[in-house]
Amino acid sequence: MLDVTKLLEEIKASPYEEIQVVAPHCGVVTFGDLAVGTRVRGVSGMWKEKPGTLLATIEREHNKKPIHAGEKGEVTSIETSLEGRFVEARTPLMVIRHFLSRDEVLRIILQRTLNLFNAPERAKYYFAPDVDKKIKASGSRSVTVHDGMELFIMSRMKREVSLGYSGPDGVIYAVYFQHNENVDAGQPLIGVCPQEQLPLIEEVVARVQTEWEERE
Amino acid sequence: MDNEKRVQHLVERLGYIRDIFGGKHNENIELLATRLAEFSQRDTGAQGENGPALATLEDLFTFVERKLEAELTPMDKVRIVRHAQRICLRDILENVYDNFTEIGGKDEYSIDPSMLIARAYITRRSGKKTYHQPVMVIGQEKGHGEEFRNGGSVKPWGNAKALHYMKVAETEGIPIHTYVFTPGSFPVEDYPGAAQQIARNLYEMAGLRVPVIAVFSEGGSGGAEAIGLADRRLMLSHGYYSVISPEGGAAIEGRLRHGQRATPELIEKCAQQLRITAADNLRSGYIDHVIDEPPLGARPYHFDFFRTLRQEVIRATDEVLLGVKGFAPLRAMALRRRRKTADLDLDSVYVRWSLSSSAKDRLVARRQRKFLRLARAACKDRRPVMRKAASMWWDMWWDVYSTFKYDLFRKHQQKIAYVLEEVDAEMQVLKEKVLKPWRRITCALPGSGGACEDTARDLTTLSEWDETEQRNGNWSYVSPRAKQDRAITCPNAATHGCLDLWAPDLFGEFAGVCTSCGHHFPMEYQWYLHNVFDEGSVFEFNAEVEAANPLSFEGFDVKLDQAKQKTGLKSGCVTFEARIDNTKVVVAMLVADFRGGSVGAAEGEKFIQAAERAKKKRYPFLAYVHGTAGIRIQEGTNGVIQMPRCTIAVRRYIEAGGLYLVLYDTNSYAGPVASFLGCSPYQFAVRSSNIGFAGPGVIKETTGMDIPPDYHRAYRALSRGHIQGIWDRRDIRANVKQALLTMGGRNLYYR
Repeated sequence: MLDVTKLLEEIKASPYEEIQVVAPHCGVVTFGDLAVGTRVRGVSGMWKEKPGTLLATIEREHNKKPIHAGEKGEVTSIETSLEGRFVEARTPLMVIRHFLSRDEVLRIILQRTLNLFNAPERAKYYFAPDVDKKIKASGSRSVTVHDGMELFIMSRMKREVSLGYSGPDGVIYAVYFQHNENVDAGQPLIGVCPQEQLPLIEEVVARVQTEWEERE
Repeated sequence: MDNEKRVQHLVERLGYIRDIFGGKHNENIELLATRLAEFSQRDTGAQGENGPALATLEDLFTFVERKLEAELTPMDKVRIVRHAQRICLRDILENVYDNFTEIGGKDEYSIDPSMLIARAYITRRSGKKTYHQPVMVIGQEKGHGEEFRNGGSVKPWGNAKALHYMKVAETEGIPIHTYVFTPGSFPVEDYPGAAQQIARNLYEMAGLRVPVIAVFSEGGSGGAEAIGLADRRLMLSHGYYSVISPEGGAAIEGRLRHGQRATPELIEKCAQQLRITAADNLRSGYIDHVIDEPPLGARPYHFDFFRTLRQEVIRATDEVLLGVKGFAPLRAMALRRRRKTADLDLDSVYVRWSLSSSAKDRLVARRQRKFLRLARAACKDRRPVMRKAASMWWDMWWDVYSTFKYDLFRKHQQKIAYVLEEVDAEMQVLKEKVLKPWRRITCALPGSGGACEDTARDLTTLSEWDETEQRNGNWSYVSPRAKQDRAITCPNAATHGCLDLWAPDLFGEFAGVCTSCGHHFPMEYQWYLHNVFDEGSVFEFNAEVEAANPLSFEGFDVKLDQAKQKTGLKSGCVTFEARIDNTKVVVAMLVADFRGGSVGAAEGEKFIQAAERAKKKRYPFLAYVHGTAGIRIQEGTNGVIQMPRCTIAVRRYIEAGGLYLVLYDTNSYAGPVASFLGCSPYQFAVRSSNIGFAGPGVIKETTGMDIPPDYHRAYRALSRGHIQGIWDRRDIRANVKQALLTMGGRNLYYR
């Protein structure tokens, strides 16, 4: 069984991700005026259309290509010895320390602890009538699911098919779909966790929500 | 009116003066403010006591307004038309027409509240009779600053609504009065698309079979043109009619980046140079008549002004109708006489506002001729007199020749051809019967079977991909960029994983197309000249027509000379005759390298001449848009008038039975797309091209909306129904050939 407290401690001990920026292909590298400690921006804009901070340029066959930061963070080391030199593909150029945000921490914890059940095809999903009744009365966490249980109704263009749950037993921790809205194939429908871990997860999530300090 | 109301009125007048001068003439404004404050302090409320003092104060206001009127600059006039106290269309409906019903939505319950439509009537008394004359009133409504009116900035569906009711008026045979109160169209590409809808409006208005009278107050570029193509164009003396707002012009002139603001001085200078006022437009001939407004512009309480406006629109409608009606000499004379005198009472002269079918034809022809005559002097034509005369004779010869060949000879020739075809088909059957025994013997001989088998195979199996079409990468023209020894990254590399391409390969053999994702890099216009048309078949005409600087816009002469030197062209439009697989076509090409492919008077004139030539010679007409940034703003209204002009030329060509094809490449935006390009029934785009009304920066600034990066992609235009297909650059020749064979046009010579 996964030790959630230990996982949280682990994340707390190193509350960041170290992103290694490598050369996308061979070429001559120039770093510009970037220094250690510089804060960089990641990709932004509603459609991720604005590139991040320019980290370096790499030139191959008279074709200068920019390397942009993918995530926001702080530059912790730069391979300055490579400035103006030819490097092979995948050569590490610099390291960016990206501090985890509250949502990212939660995502990591839930990814490791929950078993996600995904939509097999694009359709509208509903809970089976008896499950639905129970959820409405006392919340989703009161429902225990087991492998092969008839849990959903998949509805698409007036065709309704019942859909069974497959995966480890447990309670429904989170519901990711909305009533009357289409869910794309491969998107999670529910997250299931073992019964005994439920209070632990709830506690950890509450603690992350209140205690996690977001750093730039 | 009691004193309080009168004082309140003066307070509003003072605020108006303050607003429209934007910080100028402070001493006059302060004087009025002080006097008004003194009066307010003294005012004890007894009406009898302060009556004379208030009258004096009102006189002072009138005096100062008259004094300041003489000092109005073009930018002040821009502020006047944008002011919330400026008269709006509802005021006009209430005060100019005798009765009206708003149709097509009301207030905020309308598909687009900024476009107001009303059925109205004007009552006239002639002798003892009373006549109710119905009109369709269409115009932008600014609504004294009501937020949902969007400042008169009409969305595409608002323009579509206007067009719908123009058609209704045409069905009912009643005149249309349009009132232009718009700073410009709302630049969104949602269906039907700003550009596409304006183009449709222009195309339809070019042939509308009822009189159209337009009154301009705020004529902002494309938005104004959407309802402004009229038989008579009147303008309010304090209005403006311009290709771009002075702020927009200043942003372009000052090369301001996103978010930067132009200085007031630069905006003022631009307003001055763009020649946007009523007097300027009257001088250039783009406006027929100016209607005088009270000092500092008309406001809703100027009832005398509404009376003048009523008389002017009635007169304009009467004049248009009498101009095309068969016989009405006395009334026409009366109208002419009344033009000279200040006394206007047209209510007593009755002109029936309906037309016979032939009069409607004359009306449309007259409107089209009127627009085609405009702006001819705004470009340079350096041909010597003899050459001009020769070209005129040549044109006339083509008129006679094409009438003889296509109208007279072709009709009878076709009848003979049909008979001959029938006889020939009969003969074929006979020949088959007679020769059958002989063929059986020859096919049986050794060595003769191959041909028979080949023919049989060709006819019975599916055809194969014709490799010769793409020339195996051996193009007639190779871009100079192919000489660079460097690699090029495809812009889609991050998402599609395209490998770097070596420039000699990319711009040579691959014709500027990424081998991995199919992205089309822009190519020079010469590439198309040499690779789309038959070798050596291109024959340019009107090359001497030269772009000029008709407004003497400061610094523009130098920029034009630079463009001419850089490209070796005299204008942004190259017109030529060429052949595609031996089918002759007339082509007008907008070249992106010449001032961004912007369209001014020279480009418009060349385009019109090319359409005329195609009409005369019965050739298909292809508009190849290598790129266009819009109307050339430095030419002001001389540029914007090309929108209706060229659309009219295109309509005349299509109605004469021609096939008008448009092919967009690289970036095509604004005016040209919203008129003579967008009105084509057959529009195509080269892959990776962008088509739209306004660029992302302008959309952000005017609407406040962020737009997705693929907003202007050709595929969006295709799914919206703006264009009919997207072509690979290497297949253009084959696709044009296919289009020539399968699309439109009843009078094409090769059919």
